[in-house]
Amino acid sequence: MNIDLSSMPTSIDMIHLILASLTLILLILLMKKSKKVVNTPVKPATEALNIEKAPVIEKAPTVEKPATEQALQLKDTSPDAALQLLTLLQQDARFIDFVKEDLSAYSDADIGAAARVVHEGSKKTLDTYFTLESVRSEEEETRISLPEGFNASEVRLTGNVVGEAPFNGTLVHKGWKVSETKLPKIAEGHDTTIVAPAEVEL
Amino acid sequence: MSHDITARYSVGIDLGTTHCVLSYLDQIQATEDTNNEIKVSVLPIPQLTQPGVVEDKKQLPSFIYRAHESELNPSELTLPWHAESGVLTGTVARHLGSKTPIRLVSSAKSWLCHGGIDRHEAFLPMGSPEEVTKISPLNATIEYLSHLRHAWDHKFPENVLSEQNVTITIPASFDPAARELTAEAANQLNLKHLTLLEEPQAAVYNWIKSSGDNWREQVSLGDIILVIDIGGGTCDLSLIAVSEDEGNLTLNRVAVGDHILLGGDNMDLALAYRVKAKLAAEGKELQPWQIQAIVQACRDAKEQLLLENDVNEVAIAIPSRGSKLLGGTLRTSLTRDEVNETLVEGFFPHVNIDEHPIAARRSALSQKGLPYAQDPAVSRHLAAFLSKQVSAANDVLGSTALNNATEQNEAGSFIKPSAILFNGGVLKSPVLAERMLSIINQWLEDSHTNKARLLSDSDLDLGVAIGASYFGHVKQGKGVRIRGGLASTYYVGIESAMPAIPGMEPPIEALCIAPFGMEEGAEAKASEAEFGLVVGEPVHFRFFGSNTRRHDEAGVQLDHWQDGELEELPELQVTLPTEGRRAGEIVPVNLIAKVTEIGTLKLEAIAANSIGNCEEAERWQIELDVRD
Repeated sequence: MNIDLSSMPTSIDMIHLILASLTLILLILLMKKSKKVVNTPVKPATEALNIEKAPVIEKAPTVEKPATEQALQLKDTSPDAALQLLTLLQQDARFIDFVKEDLSAYSDADIGAAARVVHEGSKKTLDTYFTLESVRSEEEETRISLPEGFNASEVRLTGNVVGEAPFNGTLVHKGWKVSETKLPKIAEGHDTTIVAPAEVEL
Repeated sequence: MSHDITARYSVGIDLGTTHCVLSYLDQIQATEDTNNEIKVSVLPIPQLTQPGVVEDKKQLPSFIYRAHESELNPSELTLPWHAESGVLTGTVARHLGSKTPIRLVSSAKSWLCHGGIDRHEAFLPMGSPEEVTKISPLNATIEYLSHLRHAWDHKFPENVLSEQNVTITIPASFDPAARELTAEAANQLNLKHLTLLEEPQAAVYNWIKSSGDNWREQVSLGDIILVIDIGGGTCDLSLIAVSEDEGNLTLNRVAVGDHILLGGDNMDLALAYRVKAKLAAEGKELQPWQIQAIVQACRDAKEQLLLENDVNEVAIAIPSRGSKLLGGTLRTSLTRDEVNETLVEGFFPHVNIDEHPIAARRSALSQKGLPYAQDPAVSRHLAAFLSKQVSAANDVLGSTALNNATEQNEAGSFIKPSAILFNGGVLKSPVLAERMLSIINQWLEDSHTNKARLLSDSDLDLGVAIGASYFGHVKQGKGVRIRGGLASTYYVGIESAMPAIPGMEPPIEALCIAPFGMEEGAEAKASEAEFGLVVGEPVHFRFFGSNTRRHDEAGVQLDHWQDGELEELPELQVTLPTEGRRAGEIVPVNLIAKVTEIGTLKLEAIAANSIGNCEEAERWQIELDVRD
């Protein structure tokens, strides 16, 4: 694993970074939807027109609460928003085309050229539909202190996790938070599973 | 006053060649709360961005896509206000049209002021196969307005657009017929309180609004403000003179430029062709669809390279069309030098004030195609404008403009602006804005005049719409107004009475029917000249306009004029109804010109024998836009 990573050119690292952040967004999105839609049968477009009304992301429930207050509840997520995001990423960034391709046969120059398309497009998509900000404003690799009652969803403790708050430690990653989501609305009859229609030139 | 003071909102609509923007101002709030700055908002316009996908955007791209019936699923055309919209406009139209150009309607606004065609005739998209349903430039305009109206009514169901004070902006260079057609489009949508405003004036209102009461400190008596508005498709010029009236500074629009079809789109295309040539030199031939992708990529790259930063090269990647992204992606780059050479030197070359566009367009009556500017150099067009308008401010500024007057007849003399206001997306780029300013200052320096200063403006993309809604508010007596009136003098052509000479057209004389600067609500009568109109038959007049002859009164007859002074406009037509008269009878009439409250020119023929009693006289409307 390590050997692979170090041998790769910088452009690949960039791609991985993009991929990682996209995965994170998809996750956040799914989490958000999970609070809204309970047991929706997996049929596209039923909730479509509500998407825009989804509120600005609230704080996810803190870790302890669900366990103590009531029986554990897991919710099905509506795939519409996730499919929609895939569509947008495919449209602007050729995301699926890129990920579905086997990179082994191509030179770094070829991959680099394609990576530009993916990077520019993904950036455009993120900037258009999400307002991203860091969870912590401090510099990474600096010491910070977490007071008692800090939000455990926002900050993850790792390493030597012992003792009582306040916790002092090194900020490894400053985190990302979506403060605003404005996804497009979808028409009732729109099939969200078609993330890219086939194209036929006459 | 036709304007209802109870209208809650003053709405400004920028009906651009490439984009439409709608802004609004809550008049009740603005009147009650006089302490705070007046707040103008821009309406997010819901529009299809892809089939089945609706997004809010601040701009509505001015495109219509005439879809094939089996091309799209009707249920995917839902907009918030109706389930199935018959017309595709906005982002989705531009998107679909980029791959199927034969079905894309674009630049309807440029067609609207093209005198050589019948603007009511459905012929757009131009040159597409017969089975594509066509639409007229007028109806395309109606569609854009209609989309905006739906978006508004959807958001403000209590205050529908037809009841608000609506100001629609038009290029200052729009001819009377194009103004009339814009008003007709608004009228078809039942917009009851309509005013038309010239775009460069709207930009000035935006500047006044954004500088608050400060504008009086930024300009002073005797200033001449040059407004340069370079949008996606057109380049619009105006001169505003600052005069004094009872101790208050007043603004007077003293001159407007010709209609120049030259804008940001030309620049993107120029870059794309440069990149294409570069790839061709490497042995890579491009398909037409790749050009589209390059134009888009160049537009993005240009924005970075025209900033004052350290970026010297931006990579351009043109993805393949198929799902194989790797291998098929073309890669090249655009350098700062290339952008400078193509855009800065190509469109904004340093020229002398006496270097004017090479192919001056006389009239565009001959061929069916848009009269795009032959010369891409904005600086040469500007030089021509400033030279032509050398004495534009003399009437308003009087003695302060004496310097201009004394050297008026010298070669290379021009009106000297002392302040510059930029508008339009192109001039957002600091490199281009600075180049434009340095060209003008070079001219001023060469003629030993002080440099012009740049007036600070905000938001060059949305400025016209914002200025328009602000204007709608101040025109009710709530702030400074720009004095304007007609920007041209208008004439009808009369054939001189002389014996026919074979092979020679009879010389034509021009009778002034509407003088320069005529204001809204004013009426002018050319009472000395009488015409005989044949009842029941359409009678045609040749029609001319001049934006330099400022002192001709209505009724003045010119038998000669200098080259380029008068420009021929589409001809006029009047038909006297037969009722009450015999067909073929000849009725003597005079011509009357009126500027309506909306801001359009109305021409009427009035029966000559009843001239003393105008109110009850028989009048007939003269058509500005002749329908064959």
